[in-house]
Formats: sequence, structure tokens, C-alpha cells
Amino acid sequence: MSTATDLNRPAAPPAFQEINASRRFKNRLATILVGGTFVLALAPLVWLLITVIAKGFQHVLNADWWQKSLAGLTSRQFGGGVYHAIIGTLLQGLICAVIAVPIAILVAVYLVEYGKRSRLAKAVTFTVDILSGVPSIVAALFIYALCITTLGMPRSAFAVSLALVLLMIPVVVRTTEELLKIVPDELREAAYALGVPKWKTIVKIVIPTALSGIITGVSLAIARVMGETAPVLVLVGYTTFINYDPFGGSMASLPLLMTSERLTTNEVGEARVWGAAVTLILIITVFNLLGSLISRLTSLKTK
Amino acid sequence: MSDSDTVGRPGAPGLARGPRGGAAPDTAPEAPISTPKGSGGTPTQPPKVITRPGDKIFKALTVGSGVFVVAMIALIGIFLLIQAIPSLADNQANFLFGRDWDADPEGGLAFGVLDLLLVTVFSAVFALIIAMPVSLGIALFLTQYAPRRLARPFAYLVDLLAAVPSIIYGLWGAYVLAPALSPISTWLNENLGFIPLFATGTSNLAIGQTIFTAGIVLAVMLLPIITAISREVFDRTPSMQVEGALALGATKWEVVRTTVLPFGRAGYISASMLGLGRALGETIAVLIILSSTTSHFGFSLFDGGDTIASKIARAAQEFNDPRGAGAYIAAGLVLFVLTFVVNAFARAIIAGHKEYE
Amino acid sequence: MAKRIDVKDLNLFYGKFHAVDGVSLAVPPRNVTAFIGPSGCGKSTVLRSLNRMHEVIPGARAEGKVLLDGEDIYASTVDPVSVRRTIGMVFQRPNPFPTMSIRDNVVAGLKLAGEGDRKKLDEVAEQALRGANLWAEVKDRLTRPGGGLSGGQQQRLCIARAIAVQPDVLLMDEPCSALDPISTLAIEDLIQELKKDFTIVIVTHNMQQAARVSDQTAFFNLAGVGQPGRLVELDDTERIFSNPSQKATEDYISGRFG
Repeated sequence: MSTATDLNRPAAPPAFQEINASRRFKNRLATILVGGTFVLALAPLVWLLITVIAKGFQHVLNADWWQKSLAGLTSRQFGGGVYHAIIGTLLQGLICAVIAVPIAILVAVYLVEYGKRSRLAKAVTFTVDILSGVPSIVAALFIYALCITTLGMPRSAFAVSLALVLLMIPVVVRTTEELLKIVPDELREAAYALGVPKWKTIVKIVIPTALSGIITGVSLAIARVMGETAPVLVLVGYTTFINYDPFGGSMASLPLLMTSERLTTNEVGEARVWGAAVTLILIITVFNLLGSLISRLTSLKTK
Repeated sequence: MSDSDTVGRPGAPGLARGPRGGAAPDTAPEAPISTPKGSGGTPTQPPKVITRPGDKIFKALTVGSGVFVVAMIALIGIFLLIQAIPSLADNQANFLFGRDWDADPEGGLAFGVLDLLLVTVFSAVFALIIAMPVSLGIALFLTQYAPRRLARPFAYLVDLLAAVPSIIYGLWGAYVLAPALSPISTWLNENLGFIPLFATGTSNLAIGQTIFTAGIVLAVMLLPIITAISREVFDRTPSMQVEGALALGATKWEVVRTTVLPFGRAGYISASMLGLGRALGETIAVLIILSSTTSHFGFSLFDGGDTIASKIARAAQEFNDPRGAGAYIAAGLVLFVLTFVVNAFARAIIAGHKEYE
Repeated sequence: MAKRIDVKDLNLFYGKFHAVDGVSLAVPPRNVTAFIGPSGCGKSTVLRSLNRMHEVIPGARAEGKVLLDGEDIYASTVDPVSVRRTIGMVFQRPNPFPTMSIRDNVVAGLKLAGEGDRKKLDEVAEQALRGANLWAEVKDRLTRPGGGLSGGQQQRLCIARAIAVQPDVLLMDEPCSALDPISTLAIEDLIQELKKDFTIVIVTHNMQQAARVSDQTAFFNLAGVGQPGRLVELDDTERIFSNPSQKATEDYISGRFG
């Protein structure tokens, strides 16, 4: 900073110059605005959670809520529970995961271990990107067009699971791909140098190294698809009875119960809707916690 | 386990897995090695690296899964198209420019998608206009302003917004937010009603089942999406640039304006486009919030109506006649194409920027 | 065990880039051969081509012959996977498998090849760990993760892992460059012992190390800027360091360049 002009200045200039007022004002304004947006974003989150808990939490405290269905109850009778819908939500989510996760992991393995920059790999990456943006209602319509009109299957929970598969695959592919990429090449080389074939290296070394992250990703993805409503609206009918058969007949799920009971405009309907909302949020929370718990248990330890 | 045969036993048999009878004679000019096109070797044997059956099968599985995913996106388009064509052929209205939707096969199909499309785009763009600046602020806050130690938990809170199912957003929007917005929308309508945007619409402002409410709820849903990607991009601003600006005596805001924003602009725009795609396709929240109407869309925020997605979902339980369903599938195809284009555009923006890798 | 290696006119490429030109050399059994030379001269590339690890890198390929007791490892009938089982490798940075315990790391090669007999695996683990001078240090914590060991111990764990599959040849790619001097000494001692059972080829940046551990030394150098690397000379270690036949070798040894 010491230039010739400094030497010509009066004896003792201030060591640090003040920033001029307009710059300081702009800086402060920006800080306030930026911080404000964050608060603005949290407001609806807090408001929404408080609403759901205030309106619904009292209803889930009853043991019946978790153990009984709404079978035989009219829209004016309190009581019963959402067991039938919980079962449906879990069943549909798990069937979806059983189909989607292996495919998604194989796709991710292809992209990271085999495809590299090949033309097919580019096409796959592009497709996964597009697939992650396909609205759930379009996925539902596709499965409707494929399974129900074309193949003549009845509406069923299984059809719902298939639609959810389309929504889950891109999520799991992305997570797994990122995780496989950060597995150090040194581990692959170490395995190759021991005379381990490539596929075994991937299955026994690379995937296990990334496993804890994959588990977290999968449980987040399950939590996400369990809250999807559009597929259940299009692909399966609502029932107040318990149904364990994914291929046969109507099956309730929490989102479907909410959209159906929403039309019951009395206190009973309101209790069921908001109670189900709390239940759904609890289940999603449990899956998120479960994911991080399992991943913590399986994560790599050094001691 | 075909791989166990030659392993680790003392004096393991030779390297060769097949009979070596005269293969690759020593006089071959250059042994055929890893390139398939390499010359040499005995003519009967393809000059390829030996691949184990396990490797072949496993690779085929992964490639197959990749092809499956690519085929899936094509199948979605094809199946929707096949199912839509018969209904489109029977359609007595202009599909793309008709404004009325009658998908009841009795008395003839007459469905036009224009009004649905307009409501879809209008509400999604409205949501985006609200969400973009707020997300920008949040992303800057989380990457540049928040204390390092708190940045992660704060980001987690914002991500929680994405974990809430859209049906719960819908319920909250329709039963809690809508009445709360009523004074604001009434005020806007009374004082700024001369602007078409705030003109009296088809929806009752006291109940609030308006595009205004739906758009705000959609905006909240977009926040975590746009924020997440913008955050990632802003985080990658080269520290050299930031330090360079700091060394010149720039204030925090000046650093952000001169380095972070220019660097992250394309990523932010791409993120916003992805958000737009999400808003266009959102179904259940819009379905719950918007009041259905038979009047035409009047470009007012205080209109009710239906987006393509909510219209399909509203009718979904009554899909029994394939021709009626075909009409909705045709609308779904329009939505698919729309979101496809928006998403592809968003990805194209980011793909052009190698520095984000 | 312990076989000889003969390299004949080996050319190595990364895509279109010609990395190593026309290397021919012989490595006798039960002998330590050191590869020395300036950075980028292709010595590691040559080493990696000796067990076909070179071709793991996309676009990399090799031309020429590498004979293991007369058998060409690049012949079209040879499976690269079985080559690597016969010719083991230890890398620059210790790379134990983070998901496995110490014991499982050592027997990973056998286990992944389908060996399921626990007793046999335990025996092999002990033998290999003893062979790598690590048994005394880890025998009480065999079930703990390998990542918890010190760098030098991790590297010896990796050596144990490599010798557990009972290879004929052991390749070492700058095995001490990430280690402190004491750990380095432990590895160097170990190399002297391993020499009794294995043919060893070691790449090193450290000329004193080459002088200490090897029986013969190969000096690699670049033919010029942008030119492929090549073998300048291979001779008994003593002669290379006292009376090399090539001027370039002498310049390098005496520190005049590189």
C-alpha cells in the first residue's frame, strides 16, 4: 500500500481508513436481507408443524389409533384407527424399495465403474436427470396406461409401488453414484492386485465401503415416496378395511386416507385427516432417523 | 465361485485358464494386449482380454439396468401417446386451443387443454417469482453469512421443508394459510383490482382457494429445491477469487456481488428451472387448495381452476372408461413434455459449466 | 514360488501417449530389483505392467512381452485376474480395506476367491502377519478395523495381505514414500526377509533405499522432453552406485540432475 503519495501525506494518517457510509449501508442491508430470507423460510416450516401437531397429535395418543382400522365406522363415529393405512403406506413403500434399489444401485455402478464417459452413460445420466423431474402424476398415468389399460391388471397397491419405483430410482441412483465416486481408487487397485475380479471388487469392496451412505439415501428415498399422493389416487382404491395383499383390491394408505376423509366435512373427518398427517410425519421421521442410525452403525470405524 | 480354482494354493497351476496349445506363439510380432483391435495372436482366437463369466454377467446386469432406465423414459412418452391417440381422434374440440374440458364419453368427448395449461404455467411462474429471491437469500446465508458451525444444522432445517409430503402442504395451505391470507388478498383486490393480476377472480377471497394461495404454498415447496443446488454451486466459488476480493478491501456484500454471484449465476438459474419443473407437476397440494370452476381462466391471482396435474388427480378415481381416461392421459402427455423440456433446459445450463464439477 | 521375470521389448501407452519405450530386462527369482529414476520416467508404469495393473487405467495398453518363468502374461489366453493373483502388489499409500478388520484384510484375497474355511483362514492370517513382522503388534486386536493402525503398520498389513495369497512375485510401488523413517526401516528389514521366498521388484525415489535393499538396480530416464521413458541400464546395485556404465546414470546417482 505504501506508494509515493503516502510519503507526501501529513505526519500521522489514520492506520485504517473508514469504509464510506454508502458501502457500509449496502453491506449491512444485504446482511439483513439475506438473514431475513432464512427466517422467512423457517416460518412456514414451524407454522406447518405446529398446525399439524395442534390439530392432530391428540388423536394419535390413543392406542386404538395404531392398532385398529376404520372398518365399520361411519363418517360420524369417532374411534377406530389408521392401522390399515399405515400397513398400506409401509407395504407400498417397501415393495417399491425392493424393486427400485437393486436397479438403481446397478445403474449407479454402471455409471461409475463401467460407463465412464461412454455414449450410453451420457444417455443414462440424462435420463436419470429427466426421470427425477417427472411429476408423480405422470408416473402414475404411465403405470395406469401400461398396467391397467394395456395389460388389463386391476387397480392395486402393486401398481402404486411400480409408479413409486419410477420416482425412487433417480433419487437412489444419484446418491449411490456420488458415494461410489468418492470410494478411493486405491481400494479398487488393492483388490485387483490381490487377483480379485472386477465384479467381486465392486460387490465386496466398493459397495460395502459406500454402504452406510447408500442406506441413508435409500431410507430418505423411501420416506419421500411414502408421502406421494398422486399415484395412490390414480392407481388404487380406498378402503377402510385392512388389506395385506398388494395384488388384490383396494388398499388404504395414509395419503389416500387423508384425501378421502378430507371430504368428510365434520369433526370426525378432521380428526382422521390431521391424525393421519401426524402419523405420516412420524413415519417419515422414523425412516429418516432409522437411516442415519443404521448408517452410523455400519459406518467405517477406525478404532 | 468360478474364481476359487487357481487361488492361493502353493504351486498354483499356471496363469493360463485355457489350454495354451501353441496359442500366441513367441514369434508373434506384438502380443495382443488390452486393445481389442490389436494385431497378432493366432487367427482363430479373438485378440481380446479374457473376461471372467462373473465379470461378464455382472457387467451385463449393470448395462441392462442402464438401458432399462433409458428405455423407461421413452416408454413413458410412447405409452401415454398410444393411450391418448384414440381419445384425441374422437375429440370434438381443439385439444391444444380448446378452453373447455369435457371428458365424459357420453355425448362425445370435447376436451381442450389450454385453460389447464395456462393455470399450470401461471401458478408455477408465480411460485417461482416468489421462491427465486428467497432461495437466493437462503443459499447466500447458508454459504456466506451463517456462522460455520451453524451452517450445517441450518441447512438441515431448510432441507426439512423438502421432507414434508405435499399433501400436508396442501392441507396446511387450504385450511390454515388460505384464511390467513384472506385480508392480504382482499386488500390487494380492493386497492389494486384495476391490475388484471389482482382483479376479482372466480374464487371466494374469504375462503382463499385461489392461485394466490396455491402459488405461495408452491413457492415454499420450491425453496429447498432451489436452495440446495444454489448452495452447492455457491460453495464452489474458487477461494482465490473470494480472497482476491477480500484483499482489495471489499465488504462482504461486495465479495458476494463480485465473486459468488457471477460464479454461481448459471447454477442458480438452472436450480430455478428445476424448481419450475417441480411446480408445474405438483398435484395434490394444488388439488386441495384450488377451488374447481367451470369459468375460463382470467389471468387473475384470485381465480380458482385446475392445473393439468390437479385436473387429472381430481378425475382419477373415476377412470373407468378408457376413452375418458385417454383424454386425461393426453393432458398428462402435455405435462410430461412440458416438464421434460424445462428439466432438459435446466440440465443443459449446468452441463455447459465445467467449473461446477 | 518365486519365479523369474523376463521383459521383452515392452512399450506402454496411455491412450495415444507413448509412456515407456522398448524396455527389456530380466529379474531373477529370490532377488530384489530396484527401479530408480526421475519423476515421470515411467518406472511405476513399468512396474504396474508387470502384473497387468497398468491396463486398469482407461485407455492404457501394453505391447511386448512379460514372461513369468517363460510364460507370457500378456498372451491372449491369460486372464489378467490370475496374473495378479500370481504377482502381488503393494502400493505407495497404505490402502487397507476400511470395511474390514485386520484379520479380514489379510485374508481378503483368499476370502474373495471363495475360501470359506475359518480355521484355514486364521492360519493363513497368522502366517502372513508373521511374515510381514506385524503379528506381535496386532495379535490381540485382529478383529479391530485395519484403519486404526499407524501408517507403517498399515503398510505392513498391506504387505501381509499381498503375501497371504502366496504370490510368486511381489511388486512394490514406492512402499515407503508415505512413511516415517522408523517405519521405513521396518519395511526395509522386511524386504530382506521376504526376499527368501519371493521375487521382489521395488520402485523407489530414494537412492539410498535402493542401495540398501536391492541386489540389482534399473535406472530409468526420459529420452527427452515429451519423449517416452526408457531403461537406461540395469546392473548389480553395487556397480550402478559405484561404477555405472552410462553417463546419465552417473549424473543421476551423483545428484547432478533429477
